[in-house]
Amino acid sequence: MSKPIELTIDGRKVVAEEGETILKAAKKNGIYVPTLCYLEGVSSFGGCRLCMVEIKGSPRLFASCITPVAEGMEVLTDSERLRRYRKWAVELLLAERPHVCSVCVANGSCELQQLATELGVDHLRVDREWTDYEVDLTHERFAYDPNRCILCTRCIRVCDEVEGVHTLDLMLRGKNSKVVFDLDENWGFSQSCTSCGKCSAACPVGALYVKGKPLSEVKKKDLVSFIMERRSGK
Amino acid sequence: MAKVRLATVWLSGCSGCHMSFLDQDEKVLELAEKIELVYSPIADVKDFPENVDVTLVEGAVGNEEQLELLKRIRRNTRILVALGDCAVNGNVTALRNSLRNSDEEVLKRAYVENASINQAAPKQVPRLLKRVLALNEVVNVDAYVPGCPPSAELINQVLNDLLEGRTPVLEGRFKYG
Repeated sequence: MSKPIELTIDGRKVVAEEGETILKAAKKNGIYVPTLCYLEGVSSFGGCRLCMVEIKGSPRLFASCITPVAEGMEVLTDSERLRRYRKWAVELLLAERPHVCSVCVANGSCELQQLATELGVDHLRVDREWTDYEVDLTHERFAYDPNRCILCTRCIRVCDEVEGVHTLDLMLRGKNSKVVFDLDENWGFSQSCTSCGKCSAACPVGALYVKGKPLSEVKKKDLVSFIMERRSGK
Repeated sequence: MAKVRLATVWLSGCSGCHMSFLDQDEKVLELAEKIELVYSPIADVKDFPENVDVTLVEGAVGNEEQLELLKRIRRNTRILVALGDCAVNGNVTALRNSLRNSDEEVLKRAYVENASINQAAPKQVPRLLKRVLALNEVVNVDAYVPGCPPSAELINQVLNDLLEGRTPVLEGRFKYG
């Protein structure tokens, strides 16, 4: 049994286990922290910056999904400053590729859209990028539209860590990064893909999706955490 | 009390936002008592007037005529409201930007490649901009009403806020996209 650690989150005293992240401690205590690239059941990398929190004594912000708890830590999960930064994070994601909700399969069940609503993003303060990636419809059951991808890499981590295949990975850098199958193969011709569909279940937006159905009808948001829970024998 | 001079404008959009505006049903009557509609697709006025208090603009800026009109609207309007997603961020109207940001490419795709007869781009219409612009890429916008379309209720709330001199606060009242 690891040793218990006491800390305060939003003024509330909470107890966490050693090595646990701030996000996990907050969640366990029913404290909401917005997340996007975080996915229960797979590793975290702190990419999206939505789960940032303030820690007393430090001027910088911390991604709570990768910051471990420490004794006596005083954490703030919501403040004017945090909301300002989170709003910018969502706006920049929306501006990076042409996210047009009204023609998207995920409209109404999209995590990015939900966060934009939550954070009051009623317009974008930066110019938008209108990418024209080709939509990959070569797979029999699934489709991939890179124009809607926010590069959260949840699909990549699920494919690698849960299905154990690692068909998916990232190509190129920065905003030009692209999720690819095998060595940038069309999905339908991938030699390694098992067609398990976990990547589409993990996708927070409408980039990887089941063909012919709105996301609201197919989404199993907790599929990955369910699998991991069953595997751990709980 | 003098009536508020209200204008509504339809740029590159599908008119759905205007439909939603009319969808306020009987509340349109209450509104009519407080406003004077000085310019609108549903009013027979040729030129955008001067000294307008509130203008609701539906649609994105897609051609040179709309660009000029929007600048005129801004000069003559006290409070300019971006009504609906096309005005707010380009939305469906701006999907054509992915065609290499080229007006010629768009006309070619629509009138040559996808046409079975009379394969030629029209000439007697205002020239398309290379890239569809959201309102705030051209002028200052005072309030944003997102939605495709924004609900009649949201439009009504925003209008009432403006008519009573309040800055509309949308947080928690709208859905993005």
